[in-house]
Amino acid sequence: MIKRETNRRHLIALAGAALVALSAPAFAQDKSIVVSSTTSTQDSGLFGHILPLFKAKTGIDVKVVSQGTGQALDTGRRGDADVVFVHAKSAELKFLSEGFGVKRYPVMYNDFVLIGPKGDPAGIGGTKDIVAALKAIKDKGAPFISRGDRSGTHVAELDLWKAAGIDIAKDKGPWYKEIGQGMGAALNTASASNAYVLSDRGTWLSFKNRADLVISVEGDNRLFNQYGVMLVNPEKHPHVKKEYGQAFIDWLISPEGQKAIAEYKIGGQQLFFPNASAPGA
Amino acid sequence: MQEKLMHADTSALDLVLSADPALMEIVRLSLLVSLGAVVAAAVIGFPLGAVIALTRYPGREASIVVLNALMGLPPVVVGLAVYLLLSRSGPLGTWGLLFTPAAMVIAQTILVTPIIAALARQTIEDLWTEYREELAAMNVGPIGRVATLLWDARFSLLTALLAGFGRAAAEVGAVIIVGGNIDGFTRTMTTAIALETSKGDLPLAIGLGMVLIAIVIIVNALAWGVRRAGERLAG
Repeated sequence: MIKRETNRRHLIALAGAALVALSAPAFAQDKSIVVSSTTSTQDSGLFGHILPLFKAKTGIDVKVVSQGTGQALDTGRRGDADVVFVHAKSAELKFLSEGFGVKRYPVMYNDFVLIGPKGDPAGIGGTKDIVAALKAIKDKGAPFISRGDRSGTHVAELDLWKAAGIDIAKDKGPWYKEIGQGMGAALNTASASNAYVLSDRGTWLSFKNRADLVISVEGDNRLFNQYGVMLVNPEKHPHVKKEYGQAFIDWLISPEGQKAIAEYKIGGQQLFFPNASAPGA
Repeated sequence: MQEKLMHADTSALDLVLSADPALMEIVRLSLLVSLGAVVAAAVIGFPLGAVIALTRYPGREASIVVLNALMGLPPVVVGLAVYLLLSRSGPLGTWGLLFTPAAMVIAQTILVTPIIAALARQTIEDLWTEYREELAAMNVGPIGRVATLLWDARFSLLTALLAGFGRAAAEVGAVIIVGGNIDGFTRTMTTAIALETSKGDLPLAIGLGMVLIAIVIIVNALAWGVRRAGERLAG
């Protein structure tokens, strides 16, 4: 009987120890911040390149939770991140005006590309005009994959349909599929169903399951994709680690951080172009 | 691994053979989280299963049906519920546990407890019909009964633990929401597989999947060995 009780106590002690052991790193690695960012910065490998440089300089661990821009901003709104690093300027300005962000800093840009099957079922044929290309896709009813997840890329896609004079909510047919997932999943779906899809260039360059997909349209000014970074407002969420968070932002927009961003390449191709000092970016 | 994963020619086999430190860290965390959840779930689930097996109260049948049904709790719903609880804007936000391994253990404990409790209830109830008269004759009190039955059923209950472990090690829906899949901190085998799939690196993703299956087989083989050795010792 006594032995049995001891056994049970051992079990409980063990469970307690396991919980403590698991939560201990959370306290030990206190010099860390949580950054909610987008799938594009993570999946393209940019963070894997710049975060070790930042850590070496400051000793601060950056924990990245990668989500679509809409979700990443919501994570900031709930106070579950110290910094948000996203790409949808209108949504970022809304975040600021609601008082959840302190200040928005432009960091870098890249561009969107329209990806499509080699066979070019919509007959886009080498145009640089993204609006004309979208009109052709709609007229031919060529398969198109939409992120459908309120991400920065999804917001940009909806703006482009609007610019093409197409009310996509009303005009979409069976050819238009909203998958509600990240960039990689959207590219996988397009690759499996030979569909068109709008992607940021970084994710496309590092994407490995291309099958028959190629770039259909690139280089249109309307495909510009700006990234911004904001500290979550400590007045709304007092636990926000403002010194470490601001240190990360300051580093990103410093000459050193900007250089690190510019240096990240895949196959010799630069993925992101720093523009922290560009007016109005 | 971040660096290595950028190269298409890196196979999961290379990562295993070279004992890649990032991969080892992912495996370590996966085991720690899943085993932690199983231990916590056992502490709750065994006594709970025993109490339901041995007591009679109004609505008992209904509670058994509910407990059995909870074995099929959708991980993504549990993940979302724990996320809302632990979020800084949630009731337990001050604990600061969201996006930590502890949050992952909590979510998986909720998933695993019904499995362990339901299987324990069935095992103990079956054993109880066998032991009932003997224990009554020996005048053993209720706590003593529970302890005796749990102890004598221990080898069968091991299967309940393994079922729970399998559930925890295999699920991705809950841990990716409450852990955030943070590189080097809350990335497990399953969330790494989800990430590599989204990067379109399907060979690496399936390779990591093979590693995960191998680990689950090893854990089960170890448990089988322990059971065999224990049975021999117990005669």
